[in-house]
Amino acid sequence: MLTFMASDSEEEVCDERTSLMSAESPMPRSCQEGRQGLENGEGAAQWRGQESEEDHEEDPDRYVCSGVPGRPPGLEEELTLKYGAKHVIMLFVPVTLCMVVVVATIKSVRFYTEKNGQLIYTPFTEDTSSVGQRFLNSVLNTLIMISVIVVMTIFLVVLYKYRCYKFIHGWLIMSSLMLLFLFTYIYLGEVLKTYNVAMDYPTLFLTVWNFGAVGMVCIHWKGPLVLQQAYLIMISALMALVFIKYLPEWSAWVILGAISVYDLVAVLCPKGPLRMLVETAQERNEPIFPALIYSSAMVWTVGMAKLDPSSQGALQLPYDPEMEDSCDSLGEPSYPEVFAPPLPGYPGEELEEEEERGVKLGLGDFIFYSVLVGKAAATGSGDWNTTLACFVAILIGLCLTLLLLAVFKKALPALPISITFGLIFYFSTDNLVRPFMDTLASHQLYI
Amino acid sequence: MTAAVFFGCAFVAFGPALALYIFTIATEPLRIIFLIIGAFFWLVSLLLSSFIWFMAATLTDNKDEPRQRDLLIFGVLISVLIQEVFRFAYYKLLKKSSEGLKSINPGEKAPSMRLLAYVSGLGFGIMSGVFSFVNTLSDSLGPGTVGIHGDPPQFFLNSAFMTLVIILLHMFWGIVFFDGCEKKKWYTLLVVLLTHLLVSALTFISPYSGLNLVLAYIILVLTGIWAFFVSGGSCRSLKLCLLCQDKDSLLFNQRSR
Repeated sequence: MLTFMASDSEEEVCDERTSLMSAESPMPRSCQEGRQGLENGEGAAQWRGQESEEDHEEDPDRYVCSGVPGRPPGLEEELTLKYGAKHVIMLFVPVTLCMVVVVATIKSVRFYTEKNGQLIYTPFTEDTSSVGQRFLNSVLNTLIMISVIVVMTIFLVVLYKYRCYKFIHGWLIMSSLMLLFLFTYIYLGEVLKTYNVAMDYPTLFLTVWNFGAVGMVCIHWKGPLVLQQAYLIMISALMALVFIKYLPEWSAWVILGAISVYDLVAVLCPKGPLRMLVETAQERNEPIFPALIYSSAMVWTVGMAKLDPSSQGALQLPYDPEMEDSCDSLGEPSYPEVFAPPLPGYPGEELEEEEERGVKLGLGDFIFYSVLVGKAAATGSGDWNTTLACFVAILIGLCLTLLLLAVFKKALPALPISITFGLIFYFSTDNLVRPFMDTLASHQLYI
Repeated sequence: MTAAVFFGCAFVAFGPALALYIFTIATEPLRIIFLIIGAFFWLVSLLLSSFIWFMAATLTDNKDEPRQRDLLIFGVLISVLIQEVFRFAYYKLLKKSSEGLKSINPGEKAPSMRLLAYVSGLGFGIMSGVFSFVNTLSDSLGPGTVGIHGDPPQFFLNSAFMTLVIILLHMFWGIVFFDGCEKKKWYTLLVVLLTHLLVSALTFISPYSGLNLVLAYIILVLTGIWAFFVSGGSCRSLKLCLLCQDKDSLLFNQRSR
């Protein structure tokens, strides 16, 4: 889900897992309330985000939220478009980085392309004798995986509805612990093996401990925004690598297709779990789980620092921005009652006006985009053209999704268009373009 | 082969395009988006032409070498035609979208058609160059000896230079093409198409890649000069620019004082 933290009310934007919501936000309340909600909401979000094996968390993450400022309609449109290109680029960069990490790992570290068993969510093997049996097994695997996702999402919605925030928080912390320590350890081990670099255990322990501890702090508590973004990209890449390794070939493609359909249904249908989650969060005026969302919003909130005296280095705190993002709408000149004057010497006041909007994208989107591109890089012929074609297709899908957001101004899922384009381009490039380009290259012809 | 070959060929082929991207496109988000959309259009054109070639190849289903080669040449010509058609389609799309942008967003200055011509041409060129060369480039990191069976040993370098010329040509063609569309000079489109066909045809008519390259570079220089004059340059402005007497450098000098 993409979120335009465009000076929007919190309800809209940060609450759910970043649906693409270009919503007309009602008058934002004060930051204090938002803060409370944030602390609670954080837990929920994080729990969902950090689940390692469950990818149900992606469901909420697959929304794109676009906040449209609570301004008169004409201005809204203009501002949305005016900031549209910048937001698209603010999303292109992290998505590209995640994909680059995944593709680089896939191409160099053999471990992630070796078949070493399957997850329990995909119990049917694809080593069957006939094509029909294989297809059937992959469909069954997909059904199981998708039902696990649906069940988990509904469970999450129920937990959220009954305000079991502690439970959610705890689960989220468990998952991020596993991602940041265990998977990082495995990843580091495989990379060192590939490059034949020896590392003794004390050094390894120190490295992994520092990496993981700083990651936990950055993601779940406070830390520099850039560091938080980097950690979120890294855990998305790690998660995507796990999927690429453990999902069998055909199952992976069918799962990608099915997840896009589920995303579409869950966000747009009135009784969809994600939509219900969005609405619940809106009713409660709570911000969304920050750790599940990649936020590119900058910290402008000089004013916010006043409201929140404990956040002294306001420039460095991602959760304040989370809150502040939601409070960005508060930070706008339109709502002077909560916008404190800038601290002396703080240079960025115009910046606030300019950069008050950030963009948020759910981690699930990152993960599935990277799974698609990584699978394209991993399978078969070592062809770079297929990988590049999928990459361009996904970026174009993202562009189109943002455009649709600007047009429809309501919650939209971020996965379907990109994944559809990605799948179309993967299969067509692999089967049609590759033989053509290979033949041309071997005859040294240029088109 | 060696890392030197890899890096050398990579920078020969993609260096100028990368420099153009960094200095002119990376700073503006809208330009990046138009670049990527241009690349996407080229990709779709390639997809379509591969499909046609594939259909032709499977329908004739003739395995002997001359027939395959004929089919390939047919594929190349069709591909060039479809690329130019998609360039026209992209022009139409940009025209429509710039009108839309202007009506909705009167305050903000929409990018001019000339700029979009440059960006779209570069997008086409980058995608085309990358698709032609990146597999060859990745092979150059592996083991092997070039030309062991009697083929020319400068295979990689020739490919790199050819890729470079294609990228730059696409950029110039984009500028000239869009200008022709804007001013309704339809013969310009025809000339672009013919030049493109000529450059592609050169690669299979002449077996001497050296000659191909030289001719392609001559065409590049001529097209570049044409694009320069079409986009508003003149000998005078060129002279002023080279002698650092143009307006921008004058202002810069004043500021630094």
